[in-house]
Amino acid sequence: MSESPGAGPAVDGAPGPMRTRVYAVRRTRRETPDVLTLELEPGVDGEIEASAPGQFNMLYAFGVGEVPISVSGDPGGSGRLVHTIRAVGATTRALCDLRRGDPVGVRGPYGSSWPVTEAEGRDVLVVAGGIGLAPLRSAFARILARRDRYGRVSLLYGARSPRDVVFEEDLRRWRSRFDVEVEITVDHAVGPWRGHVGVVTTLLDYAPVEPDDCVAMLCGPEIMMRHVARDLGRRGVDDDRIHVSLERAMECGVGLCGHCQLGGELVCRDGPVFRWDRVEPLLGVPEL
Amino acid sequence: MRGLEQLLAEHPFFEGMRGGDLELIAGCARNARFEAGEYLFREGEPADHFFLLRSGLVSVEVHDPARGRITVLSAGAGEVLGFSWLMPPYHWVFDARAMELTRSVVFDGACLREKCEGDPRLGYDLLKRVTGVMMRRLEAASVQLLDVYGGAAAS
Repeated sequence: MSESPGAGPAVDGAPGPMRTRVYAVRRTRRETPDVLTLELEPGVDGEIEASAPGQFNMLYAFGVGEVPISVSGDPGGSGRLVHTIRAVGATTRALCDLRRGDPVGVRGPYGSSWPVTEAEGRDVLVVAGGIGLAPLRSAFARILARRDRYGRVSLLYGARSPRDVVFEEDLRRWRSRFDVEVEITVDHAVGPWRGHVGVVTTLLDYAPVEPDDCVAMLCGPEIMMRHVARDLGRRGVDDDRIHVSLERAMECGVGLCGHCQLGGELVCRDGPVFRWDRVEPLLGVPEL
Repeated sequence: MRGLEQLLAEHPFFEGMRGGDLELIAGCARNARFEAGEYLFREGEPADHFFLLRSGLVSVEVHDPARGRITVLSAGAGEVLGFSWLMPPYHWVFDARAMELTRSVVFDGACLREKCEGDPRLGYDLLKRVTGVMMRRLEAASVQLLDVYGGAAAS
């Protein structure tokens, strides 16, 4: 997601969701050489509201900048937050350099969420690419926690190479279950990798879902999501049952600044989770 | 025990093919099983077979002296493997190795070509099916080349 440098937001005095609160790093976990998961705990000025799977928070690396990062975990109502960050710019690099006890500014949660409740009673297909598994992780965990409310559940995950696979421990645990289908592929494999090799769309054949009764949730690079959505359409999944998470240059997080405008949509306010039929025509327009 | 014709009819690659055609090409087919680590074919060898995968997983590989074995793609149940039997010079350009116990129906390439030459309607049907797979693989290979996860992926 985009990063906004500068002096950063006001910590005090801002109303409601615009108010930044100071959290502290409780724990870090290195997922890959450039991806880090941060667990944050609230400080003396309290905690932000609980988020729904798919929403994001604005994280402020003090003195460096602010960046929108999806919530990637649910530590179970403790007030703690889990965010997974890939170091791609100055702010995300600063966040990835944080250590236990370091302060982080947090405001949010913002945006729309995955249709976890609406999908009850149907098959669920989750397709993630790269670090796109992060925004889907808590949605998938919630579905598994209420497994009896859903039909067949599949997770298809694609990564660049075996060393770029994130949340390996979760994937291993989910794969060991008998009531969920989990398939992983990598784009390139050198050495002892014994799994699938190819783009994530090639895994669709392995998902035992009914096209006319499934809800699909996709997150990853936009090119990947376009190909997966198109392929799902060819297999009979209606566009209004495909949901994607988009990223644009989100800065205010509340639909005021307009930096994340996509046609008539503001990704921070109307998204980041959109129904495919709502955004598909917009993604084909290079000017947007 | 299911006969070859039935196995062919159940495979997605032959979905909707006329019964008479299946019967005709079943004459070129046999069942085969490959243990984990066993090669289905090796680069440079004569390409005289076409593989219909029924179970298991096969990796298509190329060996690089500097990097070792590189997997280009993998194929599993419901997929097909090997098109070099279709066009001269009929030599494999990659290695294909079973990653786990793999069951397959194997066609004799020369036999299939002969059937297709003798019955152009069957040949056209088969070619359309092969082209569909090739198109999907080409699309997938193009996306692989884009290296979509390499840049700024979703956070």
